[in-house]
Amino acid sequence: MPPREGTYGLLAEFDNPSDLVRATQKARHDGWRRMDCYTPYPVEEAADAIGFHRNKVPLVTLIGGLMGLTAMFLLEVWINTLAYPLNIAGRPLYSWPAFVVPAYEWTILWAGLSAAFGMLALNGLPSLYHPVFNAPNFRNGASDDKFFLCLEALDPKFDLLETKKYLEGMQPLSVVEVEY
Amino acid sequence: MATSDLKPNNPEYAKWVDPATGEFRVLEPGQTFKSVTNKITRIVLTPHTPLGWFAMFGIFGAIAMLLLTAVTWLFLKGVGIWAITQPVAWGFAIINFVWWIGIGHAGTLISAILLLFKQGWRNSINRFAEAMTIFAVVCAGMFPLIHVGRPWLGYWLFPYPSTMTVWPQFRSPLLWDVFAVSTYATISVVFWYIGMVPDFGTMRDRAKTRFAQYVYGIISLGWRGSIRHWVRYETASLLLAGLATPLVLSVHTVISFDFAVAVLPGWHTTIFPPYFVAGAIYSGFAMVLTLAIPLRKFYGLEGLVTERHIDNMGKVMLATGFIVAYGYGMEAFMAWYSASHWEWFMFWNRVFGPMGWSYALLILFNLLIPLTTLWSRKLRTNISFMFFISIVVNTGMWFERFVIVVTSLYRDFLPSSWGTYRATKWDYMTYIGTLGLFTTLFLLFVRFLPMIPMNEIKMMLPGAKIKPKVAAESGD
Repeated sequence: MPPREGTYGLLAEFDNPSDLVRATQKARHDGWRRMDCYTPYPVEEAADAIGFHRNKVPLVTLIGGLMGLTAMFLLEVWINTLAYPLNIAGRPLYSWPAFVVPAYEWTILWAGLSAAFGMLALNGLPSLYHPVFNAPNFRNGASDDKFFLCLEALDPKFDLLETKKYLEGMQPLSVVEVEY
Repeated sequence: MATSDLKPNNPEYAKWVDPATGEFRVLEPGQTFKSVTNKITRIVLTPHTPLGWFAMFGIFGAIAMLLLTAVTWLFLKGVGIWAITQPVAWGFAIINFVWWIGIGHAGTLISAILLLFKQGWRNSINRFAEAMTIFAVVCAGMFPLIHVGRPWLGYWLFPYPSTMTVWPQFRSPLLWDVFAVSTYATISVVFWYIGMVPDFGTMRDRAKTRFAQYVYGIISLGWRGSIRHWVRYETASLLLAGLATPLVLSVHTVISFDFAVAVLPGWHTTIFPPYFVAGAIYSGFAMVLTLAIPLRKFYGLEGLVTERHIDNMGKVMLATGFIVAYGYGMEAFMAWYSASHWEWFMFWNRVFGPMGWSYALLILFNLLIPLTTLWSRKLRTNISFMFFISIVVNTGMWFERFVIVVTSLYRDFLPSSWGTYRATKWDYMTYIGTLGLFTTLFLLFVRFLPMIPMNEIKMMLPGAKIKPKVAAESGD
């Protein structure tokens, strides 16, 4: 993909989570949809404010877990009944209770790996570059003690001057333009 | 935490009660987002590593060298250099394996179970407790690997299509162990790393040198704190916690199966799974205290790892200590009630036989000292005393593993096959060496990684509460 040029969006910086949440609620109420908040820790209310509730991580985890369970159980059954049958004290070859423990461990292993890597994949990580890092005040604050609202240029309502004025009406610490 | 058990007029407690909510504070008052970031990143990003760190690293690095020496000699000579023989074919290797893996369990418990129970006080200690878990599992995992004598063939335990078409025996608890412990190690590492990603973002943004910026930049995976990311991140953390909780219980249960499926007196016991798990958590919390108490002092983190944490960990130890006590009682009771001649002899011999001293130490260290003193709030908030107790419990739990392994094996059914067990210097060197390895890894961790999760601490600060508009305008 060729590098994009122009404006990614406008980034408003707030001093505390309350102002951020109020600003986000207002923006959403006013019809903004292409927007994101950047915070140093999870702010549940901000997620509510941009209307982001459900995500696919639990589904990915469930699928991963079921795959792990099936894979290990079938492997054990195949090994012990077909590939390398061992007669241990006359026990049945298909002694499924003994197979439960490793199958259980693999359920957790695959589910856990799916949760972790699924979360990263759904978030589009790793991705070391993102336009918001270009904002001069972003790296000082977003991972420390500042709260950001970004209205993105892809939103049909976006207009550089108008939006800037709109954001400044919310009394942020600053509003900066973010370039690609 | 309710405040009903507090004396409101006692000035000692007053500063720990939040006047707005009436709740007990977990953190020292006066912390801000900025101060938390500064306090934690400064430890890692300082250009001046404290001299004390180098001193500790030198000492424990040297102890870790003992392990290297012992293991090298082991690989050259074979397991005959250890004291294991008939009838005690399992010696220090299994004792240390069970002990180390048990120590790891408190880390997972703090990070997973207490997260599910929404226990805010875990946030200050979970990161280094998880690190402790991983390093403990490293030390634990080594013992089964080296005790086979030819560790380069350890991969035979895995189910892979070998040219010999020999497959592992899935009915054996020893193979279950392979899957339980490797799963546990993997999930612990993933949980730990995922938990650190946002903090790596903070480190990247605060790093001054180019090299540190690159390293933290890469391991932070480009984390930017987007609210959508945070939502998925929190879901994934909760799911990992929900998965790690049954995992931690299953790991020590599986380890207890190694013993419990044997027909040996003293091992063939159904109390083993819960009793092993409780013991693991008991010694694990003791190890968290052993690490946390010097650490908070050395790095001045008393405001984040407070007396409240130490007190709560003391309470957990008290509870798990009683489960362990119940386990001892049940073992004795069942030995008598089963009316099995061999079971009863084994128990009698365990307490009064030639190895009875180890049982006496076990009772003293695990039951008499901790369970009589941990009742007292005064003692639980006495830092030096808690450090002492943590060492006592760790030692006691080691003796518990020793008692289970050795006193069941050295005198079994036939007096003609009786023997004894006396560890050799190589046994001791291997064990002490793992203590060095563990501490060395931990020292590297506190030097290079954020040892307290900044984003989780920030969530608990008063500034993180969303205020109604009126309050915000009045400047509150």
